[in-house]
Amino acid sequence: MAMKVYGDGMSACVARVLLCLHEKETEFELVPVDLFACHHKLPSFLSMNPFGQVPVLQDDDLTLFESRAITAYIADKHKDKGTDLTRHADAKETAIVKLWSEVESHHFNPAVSAVIHQLIVVPLQGEKSPDAAIVEENLEKLGKVLDVYEERLGKTKYLAGDSYTLADLHHVPYIYYFMKTSHAGLVNDRPNVKAWWEDLCSRPAFLKVSPGLTIAPVTN
Amino acid sequence: MAGIKVFGHPASTATRRVLIALQEKDVDFELVHVELKDGEHKKQPFLSRNPFGKVPAFEDGDFKLFESRAITQYIAHEYADKGNQLLSPGSKNMAILAMGMEIEAHEFDSVASKLGWEQIFKNFFGLTTDQAVVKEEEEARLGESKCLACDHFTLVDLHHIPVIQYLLGTPTKKLFEERPHVSAWVADITSRPSSQKILL
Repeated sequence: MAMKVYGDGMSACVARVLLCLHEKETEFELVPVDLFACHHKLPSFLSMNPFGQVPVLQDDDLTLFESRAITAYIADKHKDKGTDLTRHADAKETAIVKLWSEVESHHFNPAVSAVIHQLIVVPLQGEKSPDAAIVEENLEKLGKVLDVYEERLGKTKYLAGDSYTLADLHHVPYIYYFMKTSHAGLVNDRPNVKAWWEDLCSRPAFLKVSPGLTIAPVTN
Repeated sequence: MAGIKVFGHPASTATRRVLIALQEKDVDFELVHVELKDGEHKKQPFLSRNPFGKVPAFEDGDFKLFESRAITQYIAHEYADKGNQLLSPGSKNMAILAMGMEIEAHEFDSVASKLGWEQIFKNFFGLTTDQAVVKEEEEARLGESKCLACDHFTLVDLHHIPVIQYLLGTPTKKLFEERPHVSAWVADITSRPSSQKILL
């Protein structure tokens, strides 16, 4: 039976999982969860993920949440097909992939998601305007992270080395949304980061997922 | 053999996470002190070990890493045959571990660290609903098994220890005390020899 992903393709965290499934050439079923109607906060969903967040993965009797745990599971289960997303054959290479995945998780994601939250999510909720101070503070943090990336990507083609891995994949949905804002210069003004992004968003797996990334930011 | 070196500070929760893992694996190491109050972590040569300027950084011979949870996972795999088992075999068990580690990293740590920080250096900051959800979730899981991810101690439990140790010295400890399974788990993980050894 194919894996089931509960969520909506416009969610960056869901897209992270869909990208992984496509890179691993794995069949799946996307079970829609109506986020605007808050179906992810209903008891039926909370019984799968008590934190009330998409995505959730079901694979036979296994139910998983947290997108980066899901991608790790998919990459491990299907390690012998599709793209090698974890460099599983070498323990030290695996550790480097984990290192840059942690960097995405703890340094990149908090800054970029705060900007996206203000410029995309807050306007959708309709009650208030984006908080310019939060945007500015996080753009500054994001710039510093991208400075580190710029130097790293001057030495290696991808973050964890010379092949595409989960460390790169986990960035893709939020960068895609970020590039739709008026702050895309943070990426475009850094030649190595820009070249890396252009590579990531030309991958066939991304071209299958990007049509689902439909929400658009307020430009300011 | 050049051996294992941890570049960090003994009071840093992220450094402690790595030290506990090394103690659990009964592996020799050297803690190289990074003086945080002098900003040593924001200058060279430390920045060449971790360009994000955070402790800890790590070396095993020529092999270098940073990010505490990447380091603990490397230690758990590389020294799988030594000391205590910190992982759980099989793809599905490892998935549950991965999920537990993500929950600690994204749901628990950011809130709990802030609570610890605020309360140790400022006044009591108050409880948040996010923290309550984490605690309820942990209470439910710990009603079913002795440890968070499975029936034995793993990295999922280990990653929580340093921040919990600080929170036990603050009013937030009542969040643990009012939930019997969480309370028993906290007592258990903080009394492990490895957890005791890394305390100042």
